[in-house]
Amino acid sequence: MIQINELHKSYRMGSNELHVLKGIDLDIKEGEFVSIMGSSGSGKSTLLNIIGMLDLADKGSYVLDGVPIKNLSEKKAALYRNKFLGFIFQSFNLINYKNAAENVALPLYYQGISRKIRKEKSLYYLEKVGLADWAHHLPSELSGGQKQRVAIARALASEPKVLLADEPTGALDTTTSYEVMDFLQSINDEGKTILVVTHEPDIADMTKRIVMLKDGKILEDKKVEQVRASQYV
Amino acid sequence: MFDLDRWREIFQTINKNKLRTLLAGFTVTLGILIFTVLFGMGNGLKNTFYKFFQDDAQNTLFIYPGFATKPFKGFKENRRIEFENEDLELIKEKFGDRIEYTTARIYKGVTAKYKGEYGSYSVRAVHPDHQYLEKTIIDKGRYINEYDIKNDARIAVIGRLVEKDLFGNENAIGKFISLNKIIYRVVGVFSDAGGDREERNIYMPVSTIQLIYKNTEVIDQINLSYNMELGAAGAMRLSNDIEKLLKNKHNIAPSDQNGIYIGSVIEDLQQNLAIANVLQIIVTVIGIGTLLAGVIGISNIMVYIVKERTKELGIRKALGATPGSVIGMILQETLIITMLFGYLGIFLGNYILNSMGTKLEDWFITNPNVSQSTIIWATVILIFSGLIAGYIPARRAAKVQPIVALRDE
Repeated sequence: MIQINELHKSYRMGSNELHVLKGIDLDIKEGEFVSIMGSSGSGKSTLLNIIGMLDLADKGSYVLDGVPIKNLSEKKAALYRNKFLGFIFQSFNLINYKNAAENVALPLYYQGISRKIRKEKSLYYLEKVGLADWAHHLPSELSGGQKQRVAIARALASEPKVLLADEPTGALDTTTSYEVMDFLQSINDEGKTILVVTHEPDIADMTKRIVMLKDGKILEDKKVEQVRASQYV
Repeated sequence: MFDLDRWREIFQTINKNKLRTLLAGFTVTLGILIFTVLFGMGNGLKNTFYKFFQDDAQNTLFIYPGFATKPFKGFKENRRIEFENEDLELIKEKFGDRIEYTTARIYKGVTAKYKGEYGSYSVRAVHPDHQYLEKTIIDKGRYINEYDIKNDARIAVIGRLVEKDLFGNENAIGKFISLNKIIYRVVGVFSDAGGDREERNIYMPVSTIQLIYKNTEVIDQINLSYNMELGAAGAMRLSNDIEKLLKNKHNIAPSDQNGIYIGSVIEDLQQNLAIANVLQIIVTVIGIGTLLAGVIGISNIMVYIVKERTKELGIRKALGATPGSVIGMILQETLIITMLFGYLGIFLGNYILNSMGTKLEDWFITNPNVSQSTIIWATVILIFSGLIAGYIPARRAAKVQPIVALRDE
């Protein structure tokens, strides 16, 4: 699903150049549930952003579902993001003046799907995350866990090939975190490829493969025995 | 642009962000409102000015005969000069291309009588063109025409106050009036911005008076208006040319100051035009100034709005919005807000101007108003500048990498 070769990325900070990714090789198959770990500054978020086409690599190749991601125009990048990827952010990034259903429907709007189907789909995915009753509430009326579940529903709504989650539990307490992981596990069980960036070992243990980053390089890449989150919920 | 979904999206954004919308809208409304009111008052000032000077045509020359005070070509001094019809014809023939209207005038004091009512009035025997030179307004019936002149018609056009004095509430048209015991038919009643004195005059065909009183060709005065395109200098030249022509014809020494008088309001006119120009400049400056203030206001608001929405736009981009759709959305929103609130500004401004009406006449503001086309232009400029003001930050917002927009502060 994702093939990354010799990926480099550096940022310019004033006169200094910060080499964040120093040659990453990563191969993720369909249906995998991968966590990218590392201390802050290890380059894990940068890697995720490049995978998510939110950021561009300086060097190296990146192929997503057989499509080389290279020299994309802004328009093309937007199209691919919409078609291939679903995003889950640490700070949820819901649009505050849209209710839950409208937030979930937004990626569908950019796919040019008709209003009626958007409505149906958004309700379907809200139900999937257990928030059907909250469809018409604004984000400000939801708890942190509920917000993240709306965000997951939104990420799922466009039926992406890969889900990308950047510290999805970073703003949540432990119980809520496990609830969210439980959701992600059940989505993965259905065959969806998921990539999670986290610095919490217990969260990483709930995935199937852990990629450890340090100083812009892969330190360790191992398959792990998945800890099911449902036992804590 | 005509995508229903896009409109829904925009109306939701507008609706859910009322404060922001009102803030932007308020600037537009205020801009148009102030523009309309100030521009309207400036026009009011101009109207007052024109009202003062609108009695007679501004481009008129008055030509009177006088006394020749110097001997010339064997003619004695102290000769009385008289104009005749042929003088007028000569002027028309020689300077027709520079002249607009011409008329002769013969003055005559009369006692007018209708049924039991008497009154003393002055008669002006004139040509049809006189109506335009004097800016006579026909209230009823008609003015003197060429047919009357040709046939020495015994008709009269009487002033509004003459009708009121002699006829009371009766309609004078078609009635017969006696002037110095000669009967004339009233064919018209006029009014004049020059006031009561003007409206106690009676106009008759020049040929009629010449036939009845003297059976001569003599006329007392020639009035004419020159083409405005001549300008002040051209008018002066025309005036000199006419003087030269008439002096030559009547054997008056070129240096004789008293043989012929030509009066004009050329200098006055120049001054008036200068004042009018200054007023126009003031009004224009006011208009541009307020419009500029409005444009700056909208630009500021748009920059602020887009800044505030950076994160939202980042989210939209992460979810698959293309830069084009982001820019399009912001521009369309701006367009709706500026048009809607701009219209409100026009409405309010016109309402204020209308309700002022005549109340400000003591402050030299008459009938303050703004022409429809000016308002439309002003609105177009505001909308256009709103679009530009929105486009620049929108484009920047659309270019921002979503990751930057979404970065937690």
